[in-house]
Amino acid sequence: MEQTVEYAPASGVLSGIWLLVAIPLASAAILLLLGKRADKWGHWLGVLAVAASFVLGLVFFLNLRGLDAEARSAQLSMWDFIAVGNLHVDFGLLFDPLAGVFVLLITGVGSLIHLYAVGYMEHDPGRRKFFGYFNLFVAAMLLLVLGNNYVMLYFGWEGVGLASYLLISFWYTRPSAATAGKKAFLMNRVGDAGLAIGIFVMFATLGTTQYDEVFGNVSALSSTTVLVLGLLLLLGAAGKSGQFPLHAWLPDAMEGPTPVSALIHAATMVTAGVYLIARSNAIFTANTVLQTVVVSVGALTLLMGCIIGAAKDDIKRVLAWSTVSQIGYMFLGVGLGGGAYALAIIHLLAHGFFKANMFLGAGSVMHGMHDQVDIRRFGGLRKYMKWTWLTFMMGWLAIIGIPPLSGYFSKEPIIAAAFERGDWTSWLYGMAALLGAGLTAFYMTRLFVLTFHGPERYTEDNKHPHESPYIMTVPLVLLALGSIGAGWLMSTSVPGWLEPVFGAEEAHHEAVLSHSLITILSLVVTVLGAGLAWALFRNGTALQEQPAGVVVTAARRNLYTDAINEAVFERPGIYLTRALVFLDNRGVDGLVNGIAAGIGGTSGRLRRLQTGFVRSYALSMLTGAVLVVGAFLAIQLGWLA
Amino acid sequence: MEDLKLPGIDYGALLPMLILFGAACVGILLEVFTPRRLRHVIQLTLAFLAVTASFIAVIAQHDTRKITIGGAVAVDGPTLFLQGAILALGLVSLMLIGERSIERGGPFVSQAAITVGSQKDLKQAGDQSGATEVYPLTIFALGGMLLFVAANDLLTMFIALEVFSLPLYLLCALARRRRLLSQEAALKYFLLGSYASAFFLFGVALMYGFSGGVALAQVHAAVADPQRSQVLLYGGLALIAIGLLFKAALAPFHVWTPDVYQGAPTPVTALMAACTKVAAFGALLRVLYVAFDGVRWDFQPVLGTIAVLTMLVGAILAITQTDMKRLLAYSSVANAGYLLVGVLALNENGLSSTMFYLVAYGFSVLAAFGIVTLVRDADGEATHLARWAGLGRKSPLVAAAFTFILLAFAGIPLTSGFTAKFAVFGAAIEGGQTWLVVFGVITSMLLAFPYLRVVVLLWLSEPNESTPTVSIPGFLTSAALVIGVVATIALGVVPAPLIDLTRDAAQFVR
Repeated sequence: MEQTVEYAPASGVLSGIWLLVAIPLASAAILLLLGKRADKWGHWLGVLAVAASFVLGLVFFLNLRGLDAEARSAQLSMWDFIAVGNLHVDFGLLFDPLAGVFVLLITGVGSLIHLYAVGYMEHDPGRRKFFGYFNLFVAAMLLLVLGNNYVMLYFGWEGVGLASYLLISFWYTRPSAATAGKKAFLMNRVGDAGLAIGIFVMFATLGTTQYDEVFGNVSALSSTTVLVLGLLLLLGAAGKSGQFPLHAWLPDAMEGPTPVSALIHAATMVTAGVYLIARSNAIFTANTVLQTVVVSVGALTLLMGCIIGAAKDDIKRVLAWSTVSQIGYMFLGVGLGGGAYALAIIHLLAHGFFKANMFLGAGSVMHGMHDQVDIRRFGGLRKYMKWTWLTFMMGWLAIIGIPPLSGYFSKEPIIAAAFERGDWTSWLYGMAALLGAGLTAFYMTRLFVLTFHGPERYTEDNKHPHESPYIMTVPLVLLALGSIGAGWLMSTSVPGWLEPVFGAEEAHHEAVLSHSLITILSLVVTVLGAGLAWALFRNGTALQEQPAGVVVTAARRNLYTDAINEAVFERPGIYLTRALVFLDNRGVDGLVNGIAAGIGGTSGRLRRLQTGFVRSYALSMLTGAVLVVGAFLAIQLGWLA
Repeated sequence: MEDLKLPGIDYGALLPMLILFGAACVGILLEVFTPRRLRHVIQLTLAFLAVTASFIAVIAQHDTRKITIGGAVAVDGPTLFLQGAILALGLVSLMLIGERSIERGGPFVSQAAITVGSQKDLKQAGDQSGATEVYPLTIFALGGMLLFVAANDLLTMFIALEVFSLPLYLLCALARRRRLLSQEAALKYFLLGSYASAFFLFGVALMYGFSGGVALAQVHAAVADPQRSQVLLYGGLALIAIGLLFKAALAPFHVWTPDVYQGAPTPVTALMAACTKVAAFGALLRVLYVAFDGVRWDFQPVLGTIAVLTMLVGAILAITQTDMKRLLAYSSVANAGYLLVGVLALNENGLSSTMFYLVAYGFSVLAAFGIVTLVRDADGEATHLARWAGLGRKSPLVAAAFTFILLAFAGIPLTSGFTAKFAVFGAAIEGGQTWLVVFGVITSMLLAFPYLRVVVLLWLSEPNESTPTVSIPGFLTSAALVIGVVATIALGVVPAPLIDLTRDAAQFVR
């Protein structure tokens, strides 16, 4: 597919897009540098900074809407970031429809979660620091989606990685939080290395990382190069987005404070991989093998996420596995290509709303239940937490795809698109997506019923659940409204809006099933899954994990992926490290120490020449002079030359 | 008898030097006519004014390109840039020299000739205010250096060499503490300096025999003539080079450096490490680029060997030093080696990068010695390395500044040390001298060890009872330190303006 990409330079109001990144960054700097002096008002500064970015983002967005469809982009080159030889990297930003919707998602949902966190972190002594990191995250995430080249994206990419690490291990005195932070960091490094090498490949083959230049020249690359490049980018995307095989860090990341889980590990950062693939659509559509790999990763991950999510008892982990699974849907979407890019982005936005909504709801439950996270010890909470219950219900109905909530409008088209892939694989991916929908309905209903309905199964010290303060419920209500409405809004206007980024929708292949049949089927599996869960868990469940069959045990053990990671990577890694340490101690160190001892010895001996006597200095100068004169004369007489 | 024609003199082009020499003479008169109490303030003010005025004069004629006083002085891009550099670095050195608040009476004695250890000597070491002659001496030295980098014939160059060397010999002998070491350093410097001057003068004589004149242009013309005696040419070139290599502290003519740097009062050491280096390399550049570029293929390997030797000696010997000033002295020797690598590129980039290196290194080394003046105990400066252990705990700010300067010496990016090394190495590769760069990189690695050892000592060792206190620097020393550190950062982060300046200036007139 030939694609020419041109971005219009930023002008007018849009030349201020750098403010989007600068404001939260400045706020983060103030919060982190002022230290305790900012403790009193720091959190409000943090909220204000993100809200200001949101308002600005809205202004820019409306401005962009006012432009002609062909000129709907604003590129702002600020300065030469790197200039070495032929290599030029701009410090530049790009505000186009895709970046625009991400900016609104990040700052909009981000503002609400910031507001919520004011209440959630009220009693935490590190609240100011928390908001500093949070603002840092928002700034980095905005840089990620606003950069106009891959190096800027990588800059933001590493920035969000850092913020994520800091926030996962925010309660670093808990060993589990510290370990989870480290795990996230290390697994992300694997993906980041892929992305970095991908960028190197661009430098080597195209000599540039500017989006417009890269996308314009993809057709000039050999298909192998495109495949390698795409796979490297995919590795990066899978690392950041918690996709197979780099998914294991995401559920552990729930050790961080709940607003972090909601903002970073559900609504925004983990969708960066989807953004990367959507942004690089020119690369991914240029190679069908690549698309198949992306689709397969998506399908596999979405099923894994569902199955494991159905067996977990920790409220946040269920939601985390659900995130893994929903991002699998998005990968499925971007892998399908064509019109499905826009579908994936719509699902991403809708997911941003309903998942943030449910995470904050879970946080509200934990807030009222003394940080209890085991759903086996909840039940009947709807009596005590009306607002949390109602808003969570909206999120639940949205994610399982009950019309007319957002999830229905965003997920169902992806399932339909999977059935329209065009050959026998339509059945494979379509059925996977359909099965995923049923499983999603099952485990989300299980979560919802066990938490809010059925008999009360509280622990002794937890007899009096209470509703959270307004500062937490108001964002919940707003996010619930988003969960209800988002999908409908998106499905009408966004595909056309994103057209300049992804190109016009291509003609569909013949679907293997008719669209209406798919719609009916997906509703049927959803209702079946939800009904089954309702029937099973209506009356509560055992207070402890019960022995179970092979499948459930496997799911409880994360389908043994951790064990595989340990056996395939961790242990050989440890052995390799040990071997290298041995080699280093005996071989390299021996050599290095030998050289060092040699130089030290030489130094010691040479020192003795520095006697302090003028006569010996004069002698050494004379010797030098004789040698220099001798050398020159030798050259002149032709001895040396 | 023929009429004696006086050569035309362009006083405007000579103004920077005239200001300094004039101010130095006035300074000596003031020494006689002003009351003792006020001398320090008056002399210091005069010195600052003179150096500043001279600096302004240099800037005012930034686009002058001419040869004047009958060919004795060339005022061109390199001259003006190096004069500006000497004056800027000299101004910062003056701040260190003029500091009186760290030690009562300042770092200098009033009478250097008093027998060491006598009653009178103890008295003057205790509380008498120091000699104010240091200011005219410093101004004379700076004036001589300005002339040295501008000298366009070998005799003028020799005179300039002596004009700036003699005051330095004297200044070395004036340390308030460790009088014997100071006197010994001065005597050594004087003896060896005279010895080197003799080489230089002998070389000038041979060149006169070779070319029939002493002007650099004359030498240049004669080099192109294959009929002349090549023995005289190469002998003369070798001897002149030795004289200059001595001042620039290149192996094996560096032997005086550690002893003199250690013995001299630290502000004077700073002056020598920064300004003398600029002057010596300025003259070396002019001689090699203007007079002898016709035989560049012949002197390149010889001087290249000297550069390698210098880098190796500086780096290897720095490893086992236990005295901070000696460590910095060997570091200065190694840096002279890197500078010679830039010189031997023998192209325009070689010239511009060497000039950049001189400025970058000058500011860093001034800051380093400035910090050395602060770390002291009851007996004066505590220069033994062991005494610096754990300084980071007691005085984090000073230790951080020193760490930063050391990282700059080690050539860590975002410091001027990195950009400067990058520039000279780049120029040398462009000039076909890759082998020098290989040694340059190897020795940089070696040198990182002594620097980092000090960093480890500063931060990771526990402070012990013998860890000295860091004096609160007075205004002048603080200003000098701030200038040095800021210049080291600035030239590392945004080197472009100065690099452009050196590129614009990188053209000799002949």
